[in-house]
Amino acid sequence: MTLSIAGVAARPKSVPPKQARKLKLPLRWISPIALVLLWQLASSTGVLSPDKLASPVTIAESAGELIADGQLGDAFAVSITRVFFGFLLGGLVGVVLGLASGLSRWGETLLDPPVQMLRTLPHLGLIPLFILWFGIGEEPKLALVASGVAFPLYLNLHAGIRQTDPGLVEAAKVLGYSRFERIVHVVLPSAVPQTLVGLRIAFGTAWLSLIVAEQINADAGLGFLINNAREFLRTDVVVVGLVVYALLGLTTDALVRLLERRVLRWQKR
Amino acid sequence: MAKAVSVRGLTKAFGPRTVLDGIDLEVEPGEFVALLGRSGCGKSTLLRILAGLDREVQGRAEVPGTVSIAFQQPRLLPWRKVWKNIALGLHRPDGRAVALKALEEVRLTDHADAWPLTLSGGEAQRVSLARALVREPDVLLLDEPFGALDALTRLAMHHLVEDLWIRHKPAVLLVTHDVDEALLLADRILVLDEGRIVATHHVDLPRPRRRASVVEQRTRVLADLGVDVEEAA
Ligand SMILES: Nc1ncnc2c1ncn2[C@@H]1O[C@H](COP(=O)(O)OP(=O)(O)O)[C@@H](O)[C@H]1O
Ligand SMILES: [Mg+2]
Repeated sequence: MTLSIAGVAARPKSVPPKQARKLKLPLRWISPIALVLLWQLASSTGVLSPDKLASPVTIAESAGELIADGQLGDAFAVSITRVFFGFLLGGLVGVVLGLASGLSRWGETLLDPPVQMLRTLPHLGLIPLFILWFGIGEEPKLALVASGVAFPLYLNLHAGIRQTDPGLVEAAKVLGYSRFERIVHVVLPSAVPQTLVGLRIAFGTAWLSLIVAEQINADAGLGFLINNAREFLRTDVVVVGLVVYALLGLTTDALVRLLERRVLRWQKR
Repeated sequence: MAKAVSVRGLTKAFGPRTVLDGIDLEVEPGEFVALLGRSGCGKSTLLRILAGLDREVQGRAEVPGTVSIAFQQPRLLPWRKVWKNIALGLHRPDGRAVALKALEEVRLTDHADAWPLTLSGGEAQRVSLARALVREPDVLLLDEPFGALDALTRLAMHHLVEDLWIRHKPAVLLVTHDVDEALLLADRILVLDEGRIVATHHVDLPRPRRRASVVEQRTRVLADLGVDVEEAA
């Protein structure tokens, strides 16, 4: 006993000892599980009508059916494709503009003012314009995702480059780095942490933009699945769609965090 | 033989403020010069000009050979391994081998593949020294390189710098506000005040110098800095 007490006292700030941690994880699950049970109880007793919200069991069953008959897979593929190409487009624009205005004085003078003005527009409010410009097909959806991605990437990349420690640039100059080497080894690496923050925000807005964009006249994709289900009062399918959206968001977030851990290995933790 | 550093009538102003006011300075090849002065008197400004980082000056500042510099902060690239920090900018195909040899000189071979942020302050400063020396500079500029180190590490660094200087024989311009440090290392001490060189001391003591051997001259240098040691003692 004395030993374990000494061990705890010796590392006051480290992780809690094993036993407490083992207990802690299940403890955190008590209330979520209780809520689901309560929800199921309310549905089974008829307090919660399936027209308002289906029961957890029904939702799970519907999810199984939607997966089995391929509906969910198809919708998923369509939505993923939209985000992928929207992200690619917006990412390209954000990175190119961010590099141009971060690395060149002229680039900054010409590019930064308009971008800073445009970013104050709520980009989801651009839908009416995008519909007028691009119609109601895939294009306005891509444009919405792209505009949601381009701004956070631009802003964070630009800020990251501007935050470069001038002392490091100075040292590199005296040590004989070429301008290209200064950019590759000093400026860009020092912008990476801030850019990864931008990447995470960009993924968040990408999913949000997708969800909103899929409300406009979609004939395929997760948004279509959800809207269609609404017309038939299938709250179970609506919830399945929402859960898939949430899982997608969590996945990209985890991917960025993984990337962060790899790319920022040099940081002291 | 050409001078390693040759400065004549060097004047530098930031707006209305004259920071360097007609500096004349010559440094022989292989000479070790210490630059003493209160904080804000223009020491770093002079070094930046000599390193070619600031060209908006009046007067002449010529450094014909290659220049290298180490600052008070090591200024290593945290996202490049230690050896890479030394090899970058050298433009040599055998960069890693050269870097490893330089690390051996500062006794840090084991840390070649470490990330700079995992080093202690003294270790990082040694890497910074190795990085400066590996360029085989004709002139080595040291801007308070020991200023942020603890007293014990600083002592070890004094010996290391003297060793390296004897081995490579660059002209050294060491900025410091530690009089003992200047007396232990330098052939010549310049006292800078309000942008002018107000005193010059030649230090002819034999090397390696001991603390006791510098005590007498210390008093005279301190007097030039406006510090009365008789009173303090
Ligand atoms: N880029 C700059 N712009 C304006 N003033 C500066 C600049 N760099 C240095 N100074 C001023 O010049 C003076 C000398 O600075 P410096 O050479 O760094 O002093 P030190 O002797 O402590 O190294 C200080 O008063 C400082 O404020
Ligand atoms: Mg200084």
